Amino acid sequence: MTTELAGVSWDLVGDLEQLTEFPFMVQALEAGTIVAVLAGVIGWFMVLRREAFAGHTLSVIAFPGAAGATLAGLPLAFGYFGACAAGAVALAAVSHPAAGARRGGESAAIGAVQAFGLGLGFLFVTLYGGQLGEIESLLFGTFLGITAAQVQTLLWVAVIALATLATIGRPLLFVSVDGAVARAAGVPVGLLSLVFLLLLGLAVAATAQIVGALLVFALLVTPAATAQQITARPARGLALSIALALLVTWLGLGIAYFSPYPVGFWVTSLSFGVYVGVRLVLSLLGRRAEPLGAPA
Amino acid sequence: MLTHEFMRNAYLAGSFVALACGLVGYFVVLRGQVFAGDALSHVAFTGALAAAAAGIDVRLGLLVATVGVALAMGLLGERARPDDVAIGSVFAWVLGLGVLFLSIFTAGPSGADGTTAVRVLFGSILGLSAGEALLAAAVGLLACLALLAIARPLLFGSLDPEVARSLGLPLRALGFGFLTVLAVVAAEATQAVGALLLLGLLAAPGGAARLLTDNPWRGLALSAALALASMWGGLALSYAVPSLPPSFAVIALASGAFVLAGLSRIET
Repeated sequence: MTTELAGVSWDLVGDLEQLTEFPFMVQALEAGTIVAVLAGVIGWFMVLRREAFAGHTLSVIAFPGAAGATLAGLPLAFGYFGACAAGAVALAAVSHPAAGARRGGESAAIGAVQAFGLGLGFLFVTLYGGQLGEIESLLFGTFLGITAAQVQTLLWVAVIALATLATIGRPLLFVSVDGAVARAAGVPVGLLSLVFLLLLGLAVAATAQIVGALLVFALLVTPAATAQQITARPARGLALSIALALLVTWLGLGIAYFSPYPVGFWVTSLSFGVYVGVRLVLSLLGRRAEPLGAPA
Repeated sequence: MLTHEFMRNAYLAGSFVALACGLVGYFVVLRGQVFAGDALSHVAFTGALAAAAAGIDVRLGLLVATVGVALAMGLLGERARPDDVAIGSVFAWVLGLGVLFLSIFTAGPSGADGTTAVRVLFGSILGLSAGEALLAAAVGLLACLALLAIARPLLFGSLDPEVARSLGLPLRALGFGFLTVLAVVAAEATQAVGALLLLGLLAAPGGAARLLTDNPWRGLALSAALALASMWGGLALSYAVPSLPPSFAVIALASGAFVLAGLSRIET
């Protein structure tokens, strides 16, 4: 610990060697890479489908899930994935068009559910009597405690999620861009929405383990939103979204290693900075990619 | 229960904070500004921690941050209608900033532990001193009075903006005034139930009242009564069951009232 934490130099190769010297950092980078790819892809579809609020709600549910798993002595990943999957099914049931309530009442319901979920998480942590640092790492993420087993779980989840998305990708794109036509063409719209919400739950749960339940948006929404500002073409947009998510994750982890400030701050600031920068440049150029599937 | 000083303080501060939350929350739901309440709760967290990191009074940081952002939202609200993606990106960054201030604060010379963050996030109503409780009650009462003073034109402006505008009501000024009151109440409620849970105390009683009655004046009173009942019941519950955090008990009761209101509406 004495020589390694010498700080940043301009010797980039040396810095990288120093960065990867500790197993915990290597595992953090592996986990971050997996999560960034997953979040980049699923996030792109989420932004396209205008389901950012669903993602927000799911990320709030991740907190009581993780805290409850800690209380029950279950693995943390189990709590994250279990809560988010259950939340996704519940959301799919509620957001059914037939259940559309009055608008004001609906957002009041979402607000109440979110506050209740966060309160429940707080209750679990209090009952557990855990250390206060525990709450912070659940809410705002940590890269210190990631184990090799966790990386393996993340990898399996990502592979399954991405494989599923690859099989339903084409019809999902069709439904997301033009729901009415897709329904008329006999595409199972309801089933696709449910499967996608489940995938979104998986992605949120995986992301929450790295950047924390409250900062999921930084990886899930912001890179995808930036990509859709730049291009409306699906293949390019997806690639760009993944690239941006990877960039902010790697840079965030790297800077956090050398700086005294937490990784959640760096990842959110970097991705927000890129988003604002791209919007500024595009508005200066007077050009904006026509958003795909936007209401005319 | 009331022989303990900390419970008396909690009831004093809690009652007025709940009344203010109930009144403001009804308008928040009526005007469809739940998302603004969400934004203010994120900002409250960052503002409080920034003040803590800088060594200023946390309450001052809360007030400055929430009122400042509320006014900025009022300015932007007319022209720009930002989509949820933009709002979400800003929120995530604001929370990230809060984490930064948190780590500056914990690493700072004051040598503080992480309890401040947890207090800001989840409230600390049982830890109020007599002076703090009195101040919170006074501010809550002021917020209630300010809101009641503009309640009539505000209701009119919220329900039928076209007609209100044609009658010469200063809708813009009213909106600003309302957002300011909302910001003050959010800063107050952060101390009672915490930045993460204040949305529940704003949205749940107001939403329940909206479901139960269409008469705005009755709804306003009902919303305040529900918030007050949740606060009293929650405090008593957490006193009876010590392992139950008070903020959780309050929010659970408020959410329960909302669910019951929704069920009663489905049945009728």
